[in-house]
Amino acid sequence: MIIYDLLIKFVNWLQSFFVQNPSVLLSDVLAMIISAALPLIFVLTFVLWAVLAERKVSAWMQDRVGPNRTGPHGILQTVADLVKLLQKEDIVASENDKPLFNLAPVLVFSGAYMAFAIIPFSFAYIGSNIDLGLIFFVAASGFVTAGILMAGWASNNKYSLLGAMRSAAQIISYEIPTLLVLVTIIMITGTTNLRTLSEMQTGFFWNWMIFGGPGLSAAKFLFIPFMFIGFIILYISTLAEVNRTPFDIPEAESELVSGFHTEYSGMKFAMFFLSEYANMFAVSALVSAVFLGGYQSPFGYIGNLLHITWLVPIEQFFWFAFKGIFFVLVQMWLRWTLPRLRVDQLMALCWKYLIPIAFVNLIIVGLITVL
Amino acid sequence: MAIKTEEMVLNMGPQHPSTHGVLRLELVLEGEIIQKVTPHIGYLHRCFEKHCEAMTYPQIVPYTDRMDYLAAMGNEFGYAVAVEKLLGLELPPRVEYIRVIMAELQRIASHLVAIGTYGADIGAMTPFLFAFRDREVVLNLFEITCGARMLYNYIWPGGLSHDLHPDFVRLAREFCVYFKPKIVEMNNLLSTNRIFIERTANVGVLPLETAINYGITGPMLRGSGFKWDIRKDDPYSVYDKFDFDIPVGTGKHGTVGDCWDRYDVRIREMEESVKIIEQALDQLPEGNVTSAIPKRIKPVVGSVYARVENPRGELGYFIMSNGTTSPYRIKVRGPSFVNLGIMDVLCKNHMVADVIAILGSVDIVLGEVDR
Repeated sequence: MIIYDLLIKFVNWLQSFFVQNPSVLLSDVLAMIISAALPLIFVLTFVLWAVLAERKVSAWMQDRVGPNRTGPHGILQTVADLVKLLQKEDIVASENDKPLFNLAPVLVFSGAYMAFAIIPFSFAYIGSNIDLGLIFFVAASGFVTAGILMAGWASNNKYSLLGAMRSAAQIISYEIPTLLVLVTIIMITGTTNLRTLSEMQTGFFWNWMIFGGPGLSAAKFLFIPFMFIGFIILYISTLAEVNRTPFDIPEAESELVSGFHTEYSGMKFAMFFLSEYANMFAVSALVSAVFLGGYQSPFGYIGNLLHITWLVPIEQFFWFAFKGIFFVLVQMWLRWTLPRLRVDQLMALCWKYLIPIAFVNLIIVGLITVL
Repeated sequence: MAIKTEEMVLNMGPQHPSTHGVLRLELVLEGEIIQKVTPHIGYLHRCFEKHCEAMTYPQIVPYTDRMDYLAAMGNEFGYAVAVEKLLGLELPPRVEYIRVIMAELQRIASHLVAIGTYGADIGAMTPFLFAFRDREVVLNLFEITCGARMLYNYIWPGGLSHDLHPDFVRLAREFCVYFKPKIVEMNNLLSTNRIFIERTANVGVLPLETAINYGITGPMLRGSGFKWDIRKDDPYSVYDKFDFDIPVGTGKHGTVGDCWDRYDVRIREMEESVKIIEQALDQLPEGNVTSAIPKRIKPVVGSVYARVENPRGELGYFIMSNGTTSPYRIKVRGPSFVNLGIMDVLCKNHMVADVIAILGSVDIVLGEVDR
């Protein structure tokens, strides 16, 4: 009955809201909801694919077969795993801090999903075309930290707590080189809107930021080495922000069992898993949007050639997914090749190498821009 | 004003992925810095030594397999050497050569597990699976020899349970040819990896004097730079007939006696083992392997101590006979047990992640620690 009352109240509130604000159209609200839900379809499909890909890639690298029992070549493995996780008992230990414990996975996933709001999938689709896109992205990944810290604290488990503390320290440290590189880009392009940034890099691949950006000025050629340095720093620090090997210290399996999500089971565990893979794609998309032209094709569009205008966004989406997935595969490749750094070495890498290099990079690029 | 801090006690194990069995390490932590490590053992205690007093000498052989289950051939070898010393038996040369081949193959298999799991502890999964792939080949050789892949019951006091399979010599030669490039591959993948070196060099340094005071043997002692190998210094069986080196720690990437040295000694010992196997296969004499097995083992009153170089160090058997068909007392000097005792010294003032790296480099088998 309470739920029914609440529902009635909500509907009444909605009615009065639209009556009182005639400028807000119901269709606008619906469009907003649909637009916000569209990336979810992409993210879920991507995660289904990526989990299988991770297992297959690791199997190929390690002389194994990998999953091959569920469906042809094991393509249904992730679906089967998901069904299994759905059926699992949702264990909440008596020592857990229940509200925080339940909130943490939601927070982590929403942080990962928020990042997709500002990523342009093609010229035709961007979740939210806000002008502070790049800054928003960094803020959203900070959200994930809060969720992880919450999970570690609420689990009331020493391993989880250690994992969460490491994670917080790691993500906060690595946001600094990320931001420094992004500021370098902002200085050159003068925009933090990712769609504008991607549109700037249109045309052929030498207009991409990694090749010094659009135009054919002398500055462009001077930028190239610094852009490569920036690209490498950004890739390394985003790798650390999504806790992938060699920076998977928060969930270091051989040390901390599974770190902050040790105590989680069933769908809550799946939420962490989902957000990890969603994050992997989000940072890959960011790196490609900032340095590699985002959704831009490296060599023109077939749609423009054949004068079929609706083909262009589809091609752009293809290139967007292609670049993102390429970087995700590189992440997998690194994961199955490299050992894991120790937590102090991780900090040393960030504070002693990445931040000074990024800073010098920033200053030099700034000088070139001014001159 | 100093903030009051509390030491945290963390129980690592008995169900922890990196304790290599059911070992519990009680860590006293100051933040992530180790103050004290206390290994708690006994979860696998099976009363091996007491049990032996109720059995005849040949019946004990299968029980020795179950001590260091990764080097079962070595355990049988040591036991057989001890009983033969007690009886004063002379063996046909073919028996000795086959025993040496088996012991060295076992050393390769055991070191592969040690190196592979060490990689996994540090966070690199691929070397682990590569090592297990190569170990399979060795286990196949054991399987055609005696039917078992892990617990062989092959080396009996006075001889062997079977002669070699007709294909064994050919397959063993093929293995030697196959295996040499695999060591190079392992070096390329792991030993020279920058992150791996960062994690292991200068970590858990064991000074030679401390090592000797604690009675450390095997690759750990050699890692500290002391050339001590029972195969050379107190030769048993036919080891004096082969030409091989004793690798010792060099401190190539850090200090002599660090984790990297212990790891590197194992890698180079595998190369030496291949050398020994090749020589033994060349010199393999003909003969009957079961002719010298006594019908009934009933030694005169007396006691004997015999030791062999197992993959993990000096394995010694003290056997006391009271003139019956069962031993009056058997005492085993297990290398893993002795080596584990130094954990506290090695881990002091390191981080939690280093405990894993150090424990992996100590390379214990809990079946032998607890017996």
